[in-house]
Amino acid sequence: MTSVTQSTREVTPTPTPEHPVNKARERIGDRVFSGLATGSGVTILLILAMVAGFLLVQAFPALATSPAELEAKGYGQFWSWILPFAWGTVYASFWALLMAVPVAIGIALFISHYAPRRLASSLGYVIDLLAAVPSVVFGLWGSMVLAPAVQPLYLWLNTYLGWIPFFSGQPSGTGRTLLTASIVLAVMILPIITSLSREVFLQTPVLHQEAALALGATRWEMIKMAVLPFGRAGIVSSVMLGLGRALGETMAVAMVLSGAPVITLEILTSQNPNTIAAVIAQNFPEAYGLKTNQLIAGGLTLFVITLVVNSIARLIVSRYKEFSGAN
Amino acid sequence: MKISSIGAPVALFAAAALTLSACAANETANPGTGASGTAAASTLAGKGASSMSAAQQKWIADYQAAHSGVTINYSPDGSGAGREAFISGAVQYAGSDRPFKDEELGKDKFGECTAESNALNLPIYVSPIAVIFNVDGVEELKLDPDTLAGIFAGTITKWNDPKIAATNDGVTLPDASITAVHRSDDSGTTNNFTDYLNQAAPKVWTEAASDTFPTAFGGEAAKGTSAVVDAVTTGKNTIGYADASAAKDLGHAQLKVGEQWLSPTAEAAAKIVDDSEVLPGRAEHDLALKLNRVSKDAYPAVLVSYALVCEIYKDANDAALVKGFIGYAASAEGQKAAAEAAGSAPLSSTMSAKVAAAIDSIK
Repeated sequence: MTSVTQSTREVTPTPTPEHPVNKARERIGDRVFSGLATGSGVTILLILAMVAGFLLVQAFPALATSPAELEAKGYGQFWSWILPFAWGTVYASFWALLMAVPVAIGIALFISHYAPRRLASSLGYVIDLLAAVPSVVFGLWGSMVLAPAVQPLYLWLNTYLGWIPFFSGQPSGTGRTLLTASIVLAVMILPIITSLSREVFLQTPVLHQEAALALGATRWEMIKMAVLPFGRAGIVSSVMLGLGRALGETMAVAMVLSGAPVITLEILTSQNPNTIAAVIAQNFPEAYGLKTNQLIAGGLTLFVITLVVNSIARLIVSRYKEFSGAN
Repeated sequence: MKISSIGAPVALFAAAALTLSACAANETANPGTGASGTAAASTLAGKGASSMSAAQQKWIADYQAAHSGVTINYSPDGSGAGREAFISGAVQYAGSDRPFKDEELGKDKFGECTAESNALNLPIYVSPIAVIFNVDGVEELKLDPDTLAGIFAGTITKWNDPKIAATNDGVTLPDASITAVHRSDDSGTTNNFTDYLNQAAPKVWTEAASDTFPTAFGGEAAKGTSAVVDAVTTGKNTIGYADASAAKDLGHAQLKVGEQWLSPTAEAAAKIVDDSEVLPGRAEHDLALKLNRVSKDAYPAVLVSYALVCEIYKDANDAALVKGFIGYAASAEGQKAAAEAAGSAPLSSTMSAKVAAAIDSIK
């Protein structure tokens, strides 16, 4: 891009960063690019507002219809209808995070601090490749390969650890349970958390790390003292991005999970709480009349849940920033 | 290569313009499915049940090949969407897994029909629903209605339950839990299957027929026919229900009707349509059936889909097209084509003749 300044044979004094020279002739490129950038910024806000508006308008008939009328038409009251699915959405994401976060941070640390350089870069590519696999492929893999494969393990868990509420109940004969769906979700959010955490870990100031080593710290102690505190805010935001994907994931869950409108802690049975996104995907194609509005109101609920989760993430990130090793 | 100060933004603009126009081109090129309503005289729009989607595609292809200039669109958006579109007048015919109810019928209620015209329900697609199973060491399975209902209602939980063993002499049933798989999405298949259980085993199956599988009974859920077949195939000691043509590789249970054991064959399935009576109080040519699922020689778990049409169309061209097209679909030839393409059960010649007479009455 140096050619851009060369070709306009005009000598402008270098402006100091604090006091930009306003008189410098504005070039057409500057104007076009600033217009495009501002336009893009405005567009994203507009799109978000339009999505929210669409959800509100379309959901309104379902929310405004009296519960008695909804009951009479066989749709069920909205809140009792949505509650199990909201629970399923959050619960499945919880298990996915529980499995994905330790592994993802482990992989990220391995790539940034343990692996030989050549292996590290190729491993990074492989992880990023995982992010490019379409969710429908994960769904097929989950229902046709993973579910039958882990089913014996579920039987074992149920037989020997059945006293733990999570593993109790009658285990599914197909393996298409909430735990399977969570494993698929965990695999899907792994690359997001790994890539972001790895980038953050690589940003740790070398001086911090060398200082720790010079004080006689082992590598693990150095990571504990220098890398992890520095990356804490980054880890939290990467986890929240992963959580956002897990909450909204539709296709893979719809294909893997044997869902039902129940609220339960059990994760190995045939009757699992379905997720909002999967319920919409499963029922929208044949929905008509108020059912359509009810499903869109479900979408609105999911929108609100993700909004709340993101706000909490922001809060945590801004709080941790002050205590990170970066300052 | 040097980029001029203007070149870069211009190139970006050009790229953006190209992308945008490409999008726009896509939108217009997308063929309108069903919504074309009262466009050209030689265009017919239909919407409805996805169950007969494959058959509709075959009929449309055959009919358009035989009549150049005719365009027919059928969008398989579901029975409910089809009925709604037919009422509003967005389509000239609808496909539905159930006929219109009495309270839905009436004069001046349908967009494409004249004010004095009612709608007609014509059965044009019959398909047996197979009870599919995948149990270690079991090749053949015979189930009476109470047992089948018990399995899907979750009251019979083991394969070696005495009730299953009673009808399966000489078969070694494993001491394993039953995983009963049903549809997670709303479906006409579920409606007809639960209707059968409700009619044949009312003591065990206490819920009325419905598109949604009753959640009170539990069991495993899978989205769509293919996912149910898949779950039964890959799972262990599983049982499910699906369109017979979609589950050829799995074992099909024989169901008890009276003292007979029947498999989901095309002949046995078509028989139920002959043995069922038309709902009382309907118009002369309306063929909405009260399916008799306990009739001799007739396989009871059957899906019957209807074409919903007007008695009198506002537009004479529409009437002629509907008569031609639905007439072909219900003819012996059309039924044979659907059987080959979609694995449906052809209508018997008696029923085919009744439908043909009804179609002749359309104006």
